[in-house]
Amino acid sequence: MKKLLVGIKRVVDYNVRIKVKADGSGVMLEGVKMSINPFDEIALEEALRIKERGQADEVIVATIGPADCQQQLRTALAMGADRAILVQSTGSIEPLTGARVFLELIKREQPFAVILGKQAIDDDNNQTGQMIAGLWGRPQATFASKIVLTDTLATVTREVDAGLETLEVDLPAVFTADLRLNEPRYVKLPEIMKAKKKPLDMLAITDLGIELQDRMRLVKAEPPAARQKGIVVKSTAELVAALKQKGLL
Amino acid sequence: MNKILIIGEHEGGKLNASIAKCVKCAQAIPDGEITVLVLAADSAAVAGQAAAIAGVAKVLRVDHPANAHALAAVLAPQIAAVAAPFTHVFGPSTTFGKDLMPRVAALLNAPQLSDIMAAESATRFRRPTYAGNAIVTLEVAPGSKIVATVRSASFEAAAAGGSAPIELVTPGAEIPTHTRFISVTAAKNDRPDLQSARKVVSGGRALGSAENFKIIAGLADKIGAAVGASRAAVDAGYAPNELQVGQTGKIIAPELYMAFGISGAIQHLTGIKDARTIVAINKDPEAPIFEVADLGLVGDLFVVIPEIEALIGR
Repeated sequence: MKKLLVGIKRVVDYNVRIKVKADGSGVMLEGVKMSINPFDEIALEEALRIKERGQADEVIVATIGPADCQQQLRTALAMGADRAILVQSTGSIEPLTGARVFLELIKREQPFAVILGKQAIDDDNNQTGQMIAGLWGRPQATFASKIVLTDTLATVTREVDAGLETLEVDLPAVFTADLRLNEPRYVKLPEIMKAKKKPLDMLAITDLGIELQDRMRLVKAEPPAARQKGIVVKSTAELVAALKQKGLL
Repeated sequence: MNKILIIGEHEGGKLNASIAKCVKCAQAIPDGEITVLVLAADSAAVAGQAAAIAGVAKVLRVDHPANAHALAAVLAPQIAAVAAPFTHVFGPSTTFGKDLMPRVAALLNAPQLSDIMAAESATRFRRPTYAGNAIVTLEVAPGSKIVATVRSASFEAAAAGGSAPIELVTPGAEIPTHTRFISVTAAKNDRPDLQSARKVVSGGRALGSAENFKIIAGLADKIGAAVGASRAAVDAGYAPNELQVGQTGKIIAPELYMAFGISGAIQHLTGIKDARTIVAINKDPEAPIFEVADLGLVGDLFVVIPEIEALIGR
């Protein structure tokens, strides 16, 4: 059976206006809408399309976090994933620990590819996919905007600073999704009903024999320095004059 | 003593401008000694450029045919082997560094801090989260190396005028063949590089087409600026991906940023908030870009751009 493993993360929804707590202990999360990290949604969509093309038999979606993450896994199942795994953990997970969890899931499931979003929009770390590939000793193709598969190879177009880079990698491999890889589908109501019957396995992070590491302590969180509000000029002439005065034109 | 290893990104025989900024960041670490590592097929020229950055104590160079193209899977084991005596391993927060450094961290069993904005001590760093809406200060526990990517927009370049010794080393790491470079395509032009340009002219969804987007490039050429674009403009196909400015595109800090027809989504503002002067031209007086603009003008960009060009006589 050809399996695809997709990693998703539960994060504060894209549209929520972030507020830093007054005591500097973090970001306000109480009563805030949570969603699948948008880049991970793109990763899942790609996996589903690969399966729909007949190049995979099963799409497994996995996450690490508290029991509340079942909500996001159910959404992923409604999108079309075949089954879900929740590795339960209440504390904060540094990316390398997350990568170790995925390495254990890889050993159990033997997927031919692992797909994740390139970064989560909460911590903006952009690390986990690369770390999984490093621990696994397999290729990585990050920031992918196109993935073409054969039985043994993947040709991946990547969004890099210089433009678009194309790599060829042997399978199994890790891919991380960039924005323009695809546009994720909308979930339809009947699919949400069906998803309730799909398997969702729960296990504790300690069941995987993973030692929790917390090597990065949050000292404080603060809002960014605000920019001074500027002025609105009335005409192009005024704008050009102001820029000339600043020596910018 | 803190021994900091900086990975010297390069392309076409030139050291990336972000490396002098990594050096500046590393200089804030007390009792530090800075080494730059250059890996290439033939690293001599680039190593020489790294040695000329003031503050660099030593340059290590690795020559291997497999290093002709920067592939994370190929470079990471070599870097991990060289990194053994170092306390810190830094790379730039470019797509090169973002791709490579976590793989190095995994091989070193080290935590990574992405996009550091400041080093407050050898173990305490500041970095942005939530698209720059929460700046966190993190303390790393002693006992492991620290891997980090350095946010270029937060640092000036370290000065020139160094003359560090250069040493050729052979890491002896096993180099995988499972990852192969095929090609890279980039629009070639003579404009300044978006990441390091002093001036940037940027366009958004309001441009309406790739054809119309040329008006942005036209103004940029007249004032010697780089061209940028919002995610909306890139998604719509008006501009190529490498021009995207914002949370998931490039984070830039030019002296002048001119935003035409960009509404100013928070993800875009993340990419420009270190710009010295932000100019916004938008038809919608309620556009959020005006909240951060130093100079705003409510108007139609297709009228305003020709007016600017006429007024500057170019």
